[in-house]
Amino acid sequence: MTDLTSQLDESGKLQHFLSTESLPRHILLDILNTAESFANVTGRAVKKVPLLRGKTIVNLFFEPSTRTRTTFELAAKRLSADVLTVNVATSATHKGESLLDTLRTLQAMHSDMFIVRHAESGAAHFIARHVAADVHVINAGDGRHAHPTQAMLDMFTIRQHKPDFASLGVAIVGDIAHSRVARSEIHALNILGVSDIRVIAPKTLLPVQIETLGVKACHDLNDGLADVDVVIMLRLQRERMQSALLPGEQEYFQCYGLTKSRLQAAKPDAIVMHPGPVNRGVEIDSQVADSAHSVILQQVSHGIAVRMAVMAMIMGVHTEVPA
Amino acid sequence: MRIRISNARIISPADDLDCTGDVCIAAGRIVSVPGPAPDFQAEQQIDAGGGLLCPGAIDLLADFREPGQEHKATIASESHAAASAGVTGVVLTPHTQPVIDTAAVVELIHQRAAQAGGSRIYPLGALTSGLSGRQLSEIAALKQAGCIALSNARRAFDNLDIMRRAFEYAASFNLPVFIQPEEPGLRNNGLMHEGQISTRLGLPGIPATAEIVALSQCLMLVEQTGVRAHFSKLSCAQSVELLRAAHSQGLPVSADVSINNLYLTEIDVDGFNADCHLAPPLRCSSDRTALLAGVGDGTIAAICSDHQPHDADAKAAPFGETAPGASAIDLLIPLTINLIEQQQLSYRQGIAAITCNPARILTLDRGRIAAGEVADLFIFADTGWTVNNDTLQSRGKNTCFRGWEMPGRAHYTFIDGELVHAPA
Repeated sequence: MTDLTSQLDESGKLQHFLSTESLPRHILLDILNTAESFANVTGRAVKKVPLLRGKTIVNLFFEPSTRTRTTFELAAKRLSADVLTVNVATSATHKGESLLDTLRTLQAMHSDMFIVRHAESGAAHFIARHVAADVHVINAGDGRHAHPTQAMLDMFTIRQHKPDFASLGVAIVGDIAHSRVARSEIHALNILGVSDIRVIAPKTLLPVQIETLGVKACHDLNDGLADVDVVIMLRLQRERMQSALLPGEQEYFQCYGLTKSRLQAAKPDAIVMHPGPVNRGVEIDSQVADSAHSVILQQVSHGIAVRMAVMAMIMGVHTEVPA
Repeated sequence: MRIRISNARIISPADDLDCTGDVCIAAGRIVSVPGPAPDFQAEQQIDAGGGLLCPGAIDLLADFREPGQEHKATIASESHAAASAGVTGVVLTPHTQPVIDTAAVVELIHQRAAQAGGSRIYPLGALTSGLSGRQLSEIAALKQAGCIALSNARRAFDNLDIMRRAFEYAASFNLPVFIQPEEPGLRNNGLMHEGQISTRLGLPGIPATAEIVALSQCLMLVEQTGVRAHFSKLSCAQSVELLRAAHSQGLPVSADVSINNLYLTEIDVDGFNADCHLAPPLRCSSDRTALLAGVGDGTIAAICSDHQPHDADAKAAPFGETAPGASAIDLLIPLTINLIEQQQLSYRQGIAAITCNPARILTLDRGRIAAGEVADLFIFADTGWTVNNDTLQSRGKNTCFRGWEMPGRAHYTFIDGELVHAPA
């Protein structure tokens, strides 16, 4: 990618985390390994480490979010940073202030890092291009483009259950076209060496030339799930039903909903993932969501450790956790 | 003023001229070419230094933003930028604010242009009132006010019957229609070419069919109504095929391509490059190749700048919130000549596409270098320069070609035999 914004600084260290695309494999492994050490902190009685004491982190959310925002907030607090959360959806830009003005105002408060979520693809890149050289940006989801920390917490969860990426078969099922999570997962899986990645959806929910991202496209759920180790179900937004993309929930569930019997096509020890929030009975049956195959809640708790790891790495602090 | 231009390589495809020699100008017209007229007493001698002397370029599509968006550009700023770049005539889109749908707006624009004293301008009259796509404008009044062609800009008609009637009505007054073919339903909320890069960037795509379907429909209505139609800034390989077929069918149609689409592709949008956010979008490299071949074989008669100057804020936002369009009037001639120097077009094809061919499409007596013709000319000198905010004369600095090296620029421009631009 001929990116205008490099995520790496001159010495090859992560300075922004905007996308998993094109990152070197060792950076992704670093994130996973660092997250491993932070996962232990989460289990302690005192859950804080002083790595980012005195640093100011601004959660800049132009789109509503509960899960991602709170896990970022918790991650920053556990690193002892000062955290400010700005819900811009209900604030300045609605008064006509441009994104750049909002950014400059917040930068004048000497923030060290922005965590950005925005409805437009490329918003985090745009912000990274316009912040001062010593300010860092983490993409918490931009339009349909990328959601790299979600992808990394999914990689973390996969590795906990299936440590050998090279031998895995992974199926991503659902609305790939509108999914930033799917795009970031596809890049991460490819970089980590997974050779069998499948995307399963009707043509209306697959973007054109998706194969160029290094996946196989499939329109039949049973075929697509055959012998996979990991099934990632995507959330189906209700507004897709009102367009010409799908006839309705019922038919979607019948064709692409994950049920116990469909899951039998996968390997017996397959894990089932979902970035949340889950639409039970639309993309996944409750029986599966709550079954032993499901690692959905683990994903959420891994989210904190992975986000701590990314923040610490970007801020360039030593990531050995004090005993 | 009586002017003698000597030591020029004179290229005028319409006159089958490619030679070295002199051109003498008096009373706004060319007196002699390529040899000096006997007893011609020049008041001014210009040594072209071996540079190219061509008919003034005519740009078939540009936006000068006035009236309505003077914070982006004005008729004065852009007509001077055009003249200093060798572009002596510019077709203006009707989507100003207010829209060019009454004689009053046409007169206002002509008045501003006369005051400015830059390039000539040819405002397109709106086919429908307010470009609404519903109600016809007063086309006879627009013609009387000086519009030589009509357009609905990039706006859709409410339905195909209105398009048909608009074509019929325009044909009744013998006015050509300028069409930017795009099916709004298929464009949907698209922001760039639907393909590999849109898939990777997660930007909603505009399929090639958005243009091809609309173009096919228009061609059928052209056949039915007999209107003369010119298709502006085609972007797809299949559009070139459709045009080729229409020509062999004998339909009264012509087309142009924007200079941007002859150089750039979807790949240039990578990294969310808002300067390359254009409408129509930059497409694949096979489209670019086909468009270039279309210019080469005359299927696409003209190259336009599709000049869209913007203020800095219009591009300072996430990609989807930026305004489409690029400032390009400064670059139309240098980039066309660059294609010639790279041997992607011949001198004849390249120069014709920005001079005599657009003149023919507009049925103007321009674009020639012969005794008795109006002396709209430019002299191009091969002094290289780099595209940046300072070197662009247009007020719009939103170029796709920032940092590119240009092979030269117009050193002298003449309109009506008067020197309107000369080296400082």
